[in-house]
Amino acid sequence: MTYVDRIVQVAVPGLLVSGVALLGSFTTRANEIHFRVALVHVAIVVGLYLFIGNSGVLSFGHISFVAVGAFLAGLMTISVGVKRGILPDLFPVLRNHSVGNVESLLLAAAFGAVFAFLIGLPLMRLSGLAAGIATFAVLGITHNVLFNYTKIGPGATALTNIPETTGLLQGLVGALIAIVVAWAYQLSRFGRLLRASREDAAAAQAVGVSIHSQRLIAFTLSGALCGFAGGLYVHYAGTITTEDVYLDLTFLTLAMLVVGGVGSLLGAVVGALLISGLDAFLTTAEGGIHVAGWKIDLQDGTHLVVLGIVMALVLVLYPAGITGSREARIPRRWRRRPAEAEG
Amino acid sequence: MLQTVLNALALGSVYALMAVGIGLVFGVLRLVNFAYGQLIMAGAYALAIGSEHGWPQWVSVLVCFGIVIGLSLLMELALFRPLRGASPSTMLVATFAIAFLLQSIALLKFGPLVKSAVIFPSLFDPIASGEFETVRKITVVAIVAAILALVALTLLLAKTTVGLHMRAASADFRTARALGVRANAVITLAVLISGFLAAVVSVILVVENPFVEPHFALRDTIIVLVGVVVGGLDRLWTATLGGFTIGVATSVFTDQLSSAHAVYVDSFVFGLVILVLLLRPEGLFAPFRARGVERA
Repeated sequence: MTYVDRIVQVAVPGLLVSGVALLGSFTTRANEIHFRVALVHVAIVVGLYLFIGNSGVLSFGHISFVAVGAFLAGLMTISVGVKRGILPDLFPVLRNHSVGNVESLLLAAAFGAVFAFLIGLPLMRLSGLAAGIATFAVLGITHNVLFNYTKIGPGATALTNIPETTGLLQGLVGALIAIVVAWAYQLSRFGRLLRASREDAAAAQAVGVSIHSQRLIAFTLSGALCGFAGGLYVHYAGTITTEDVYLDLTFLTLAMLVVGGVGSLLGAVVGALLISGLDAFLTTAEGGIHVAGWKIDLQDGTHLVVLGIVMALVLVLYPAGITGSREARIPRRWRRRPAEAEG
Repeated sequence: MLQTVLNALALGSVYALMAVGIGLVFGVLRLVNFAYGQLIMAGAYALAIGSEHGWPQWVSVLVCFGIVIGLSLLMELALFRPLRGASPSTMLVATFAIAFLLQSIALLKFGPLVKSAVIFPSLFDPIASGEFETVRKITVVAIVAAILALVALTLLLAKTTVGLHMRAASADFRTARALGVRANAVITLAVLISGFLAAVVSVILVVENPFVEPHFALRDTIIVLVGVVVGGLDRLWTATLGGFTIGVATSVFTDQLSSAHAVYVDSFVFGLVILVLLLRPEGLFAPFRARGVERA
């Protein structure tokens, strides 16, 4: 892989999200929110990709890291006075301290990493379906505890009064950080070892790759990214409930990754942007819009139905994702070798 | 005590039925169907609409079976068939998409509020005799229905040609095809039986809990999906036992935990699941044998 190839690998996704952010800065205030959420989705999906794409192990549990990141970043940026009023049950350490926007994002990333590391330590020994289900169980536990334990969060009620600091700029910077981290990882020695184990576990082990520790490294790093993305999410929304970071978000982000193409960074970014864009268009259409002379006015709730149909259709037409359709059997990274290498 | 045991057996039976429905399809298609719960939800809505319009109960039940089995076949034709041979993650996410789609349709069509479905209300009555007070008829009916369905299925698989074909297809699909097993016929039958079981489950669940909403049976399905993997998806009987066991465990945790801890039932169940997966990743009930090299 040449120097230029590596740069292109990060530049194209980076330019895509920059273009989206730029486009967002020209729209109305009401439409801008769709661009902000798209950037947050990119950060989450890239976090998912870092582990799932490189290891080939499906994880349903990553939204737990988003959830803890979101709740931690949200809780820590609400002012102490307000917290004492609305959340009197909190542990004193959470209740009596408050930090700024950037610190809260770093805290979310750090906590996401620690959480992922502790979970990954035993769980990364598993593979295949067992791994997927075990991570799903982690998601179930995280949701169950966050929903019921009022010493660490708002429990069943919504967490409100969170500063809405994720504008287009913070969303863009956040998405770019996620992309650069994922890129640097997949070019590093660790990324290569993990992908070697994805392609042929036995061969990789035979040459001395410890699958367990390589997966654990990726899991921890993607936990950090997902925690960070959770922080971005909560500062975009300003309010959060445990249902916001549970099954629907898990499904949506996984679908974004698979629709774009599990095996490539570009796939993660393209999938996140396309599905977010489609969702934004349909949501707007529920309020009635004009497209090329046609008046579209959909019933409320239709956007979810159309979204489901489109995602199923894309999966049937491009089982390896939009960016990876040429390599249907084993998802490879989006970059193709020069023509002469194929003879 | 008896109540705890019977409740546990009843939930285990219902979960076992769901596990068979998921396991049968996995056997022939290597596909974990996340949309199974939404089939049950669709059936429950059919029953709710029936009781809303005052249809006779047998008509409601018939419509419920028709809709669930029809949807199940439609899923196979529109989604599973074109995706046959795709990577497991693609197939899984595709069934996610269908689950999401069906749930959104329910939300769009019927709204987020509960609809109550009155079907066989007499089954909800307690069996009247002293210490059995809180044991309801449906508890016993659920256990009996599960036993009947499992016996019928075992006979079908063990004694008929098509059952033999299905077992062959689950063991090794390509070899079975090469030996003359018709793939589409076997898969269609598996999907059909799986849909039939979903309809049975939907009737039982609606009698137990007549409040139908778009998330109906979602939690049950998640627990069963986890259960079948814990039991071992490679064989139908281990998957079924897995579903049964997780149902029993959930029910026992619910009954035995003090009220302060009862809200954490899911955490206890899922924690147990992680523990079992770590100790026996190939499945709790899978036969012991030397572990092979990990395959990607």
